[in-house]
Amino acid sequence: MNSSVIVFPGSNCDRDIALALEKLQFKNTMVWHKDTNLPKSDLIVVPGGFSYGDYLRSGAIAAKSNILNEVIKAANEGCFVLGICNGFQILTETGLLKGALLKNKNLKFIGKDIFIKVINVDNKFCNKYKKDQVLKLNIAHNEGNYFTSSDHLKELEDKNLIPFKYCDEKGNIKYENNPNGSLNNIAGIFNDKKNILGMMPHPERMIDQMVSNNDGVNLFTSLLN
Amino acid sequence: MEITNSIVEKHGLKAEEYSKIKDLLKRDPNLLELGIFSAMWNEHCSYKSSRTHLKNLPTKGKNVIQGPGENAGVIDIGDDDAIIFKIESHNHPSFIEPYQGAATGVGGILRDVFTMGARPIALLNSIHFGSPDHPKTKNLLNGVVSGIGGYGNCIGIPTVAGETKFNKTYNENILVNAMAVGHAKKNKIFYSKAKGVNKSVVYVGSKTGRDGIHGASMASAEFNENSEEKKPTVQVGDPFTEKLLMEACLELMKDESIISIQDMGAAGLTSSSVEMASKGNLGIELYLDKIPCREEGMTPYEMMLSESQERMLIILEDGKENDAKKIFEKWDLDFVVIGKTTDTDNLTLKYKNDLAGEIPIDALTSKAPIYDRKWSKTKLPEKKIDTKTLGKIKLQDALIKILSSADQSNKTWVTEQFDQMVMTDTIQRSGGNAAVIRIHKKEKAIAVTVDSSANYCKAHPLTGGKQIVCESWRNLISVGAKPIAITNCLNFGNPENPKVMGEFAECLLGLKEACEFLDYPVVSGNVSFYNGTNKKNIDPTPVIGGVGLIRESGNKINHLLKKEENIILQIGKTFGHLYQSVFFKEIYSIMEGPPPEVNLSNEKNNGEAVLKLINSKLVDSVHDISSGGLILALTEMAISSGYGLKIDKPAKLSNLTEYYFGEDQGRYLLEIEPKNLQNVLKILSKDNIYNEKVATVQKDNLEILGELKIHVDELYKINNTWYNCY
Repeated sequence: MNSSVIVFPGSNCDRDIALALEKLQFKNTMVWHKDTNLPKSDLIVVPGGFSYGDYLRSGAIAAKSNILNEVIKAANEGCFVLGICNGFQILTETGLLKGALLKNKNLKFIGKDIFIKVINVDNKFCNKYKKDQVLKLNIAHNEGNYFTSSDHLKELEDKNLIPFKYCDEKGNIKYENNPNGSLNNIAGIFNDKKNILGMMPHPERMIDQMVSNNDGVNLFTSLLN
Repeated sequence: MEITNSIVEKHGLKAEEYSKIKDLLKRDPNLLELGIFSAMWNEHCSYKSSRTHLKNLPTKGKNVIQGPGENAGVIDIGDDDAIIFKIESHNHPSFIEPYQGAATGVGGILRDVFTMGARPIALLNSIHFGSPDHPKTKNLLNGVVSGIGGYGNCIGIPTVAGETKFNKTYNENILVNAMAVGHAKKNKIFYSKAKGVNKSVVYVGSKTGRDGIHGASMASAEFNENSEEKKPTVQVGDPFTEKLLMEACLELMKDESIISIQDMGAAGLTSSSVEMASKGNLGIELYLDKIPCREEGMTPYEMMLSESQERMLIILEDGKENDAKKIFEKWDLDFVVIGKTTDTDNLTLKYKNDLAGEIPIDALTSKAPIYDRKWSKTKLPEKKIDTKTLGKIKLQDALIKILSSADQSNKTWVTEQFDQMVMTDTIQRSGGNAAVIRIHKKEKAIAVTVDSSANYCKAHPLTGGKQIVCESWRNLISVGAKPIAITNCLNFGNPENPKVMGEFAECLLGLKEACEFLDYPVVSGNVSFYNGTNKKNIDPTPVIGGVGLIRESGNKINHLLKKEENIILQIGKTFGHLYQSVFFKEIYSIMEGPPPEVNLSNEKNNGEAVLKLINSKLVDSVHDISSGGLILALTEMAISSGYGLKIDKPAKLSNLTEYYFGEDQGRYLLEIEPKNLQNVLKILSKDNIYNEKVATVQKDNLEILGELKIHVDELYKINNTWYNCY
């Protein structure tokens, strides 16, 4: 499977995601933000980081970059797109995903391991996970507090477009286990066609037992399935 | 413009220093030249008070590639790998503007490391605040922590370890020390020494603004009630631009274009150009019209003294300009040839075709004043407390009080504001004895730690100096690393005060003795004097950053208990030293008496024995015993793992508080499976290492028969309350 990782000047998880993709047998290409051509890809990853510094609203400038036009085109043609952390913020800024990521409820950067529950496995990104499986992933963000209109929130729930929700170690989805204040404990969402996934936790940080655990591996192997 | 006495004074120069300037120039300086002298001769840049003492530190060793004198120290960790690291203070700016002060402290130390060709792989910090009930403390804590995080998180280097402490001595002068650690190939290390005449001097990075003018001079004077007015001398950080600069520099470093490179840190363009020329025994000529400026109408004086961040000076090989320029354009950074190296031995500054200033390089460097300041010795304080007269306190109550104190509380409130995992090589994050970072795509790892013991250093600087080196050494050993070298950040008061100078001199003697004995040389560092306000000096606070090597990162050792029925063995002897202990401070507010004695030979033997046991895979977990003594070390092992401990009563010492809370040095706790015990004891007895069994791992409760019984979950809560309620 061919993957492309979009590299903004302030991306800082680009190396980590590339490493994960290569380890899991993707044929990966790094694509510079000034490029106007996207190599033929089955998966496009918009990685974490601080795209253009994010001194304005996170991801706002990145959403207007050359390469994002190409990503939007590819996404609309059905290519799989994964936005992690800053990548998720950028995807919401482009409109590929609806809603917005507000400042964390405690108004501070949060860097820690959290638990998420896999709610929907009937899609290309999660088919290797078991339904209701609890994963331990890492988050590191200032703005991960997902917000959207009540109509859209209802739609997300009704159409099963929320693959991951924050939970406790045992899988209970409670507000106490919501690190950033996101609506309905949302940790990630799909677009309607489920070919675009945006998520705040970093699966690429959980592919190596030595450093953490292997809970992120199946997200990538699902795509290969 | 005539240089008056008041102008000289405003530049932080003494009258006799000004006459020396006139002698060296054989004329009066103009204002630009005076500014440059002031920037180069201040304490921060010239080390004029510390130099005579610093030269005694051991700086060589079989693993040392580059000792002090460069942007950072370099050590060999085998194969073709080198580790480049340094710690630096940003105390004064952080007190005036905590977020930007701390952020630019991180930015500055990162530049020191990637300037030498290393990709930074870890950040650490040692931050010291005033008393929690001081009105400024909360705001400073918030600002500093988010500033450190704001910079490191954005640039994408994990912040993996540190210490956060509170003491009223820092009420009006906090300490913010940041350490950066990078990895480079041994044959690709870049230095600041210029070579060759007529080589292009290139300015890269951010534009020059009016921020930070005289920052280094500010850092070389005491504060007074008007310090708030110094806010404009604090620089503003831009981690995004630093990321661009880092990537561009590392890209340029892949080929052979760079002759020398130096970041513009304290005293900006002045110190970077002078240092490069000085090291190469060359002159340097700069055309100030070419400096990329952020605002119009900036004067040569402002350009030379600005401390705008995220800038570098590079001396390039002939004919490499175009290729180099392409790289910086790719990263949207300025790249301008602003001068050339010369054979004149002068710093020559031209502006609009005029000579704006000219100073012999050596007048700014080797001929700068050096002071052998008066200093007085500190006697070892006596032991005057009769412990029998102290009010009784139950062991359990004392433990709870200590666990819930500001200094001993769990620091996740701080560390959760840092990205600890980016780069995905952090094997052990903060909270343990030391952080462990894997060398990318390799089996080996490095361990890193920062440590300080201001109260020990205040009580007896000589012992305190030794103790922190040992503490650093022990922390590295405890994660299975062989300690290799240190960097130090020496935070002291006003060196013109003989008592302060004595604290400095004796701490350094202590450092020297311990570093020599443990073969743990100093490869880089920074001196920060004039920490204090209105003649009130801070307690001496040397901070040590240690780096060690773990050959097989697969053998992961931490301080988390692993299994019920396992035995906890203590290495090293307990004498029950309570003076300067956490127990005396937190329970009785007693801050007097001598620090615990340091026996270097025991330290070395005990540490080497522990390392041997770890490498033989005979131990399941390791923790060193430090502040709070045996009971606190045991409690930390329990809390972090969720297991309880059945703790033995002492066989010899009759005084339980002395036994459990004493802070005797050179001690470790080892968790050992019963089946390995005989083997371990055999090895220890062969090496003549004192040891005793102190506890057994059990479920749920921390327990001393008849004295104490608390559930681990309860201990966790007690330990996690302070920050959340502050």
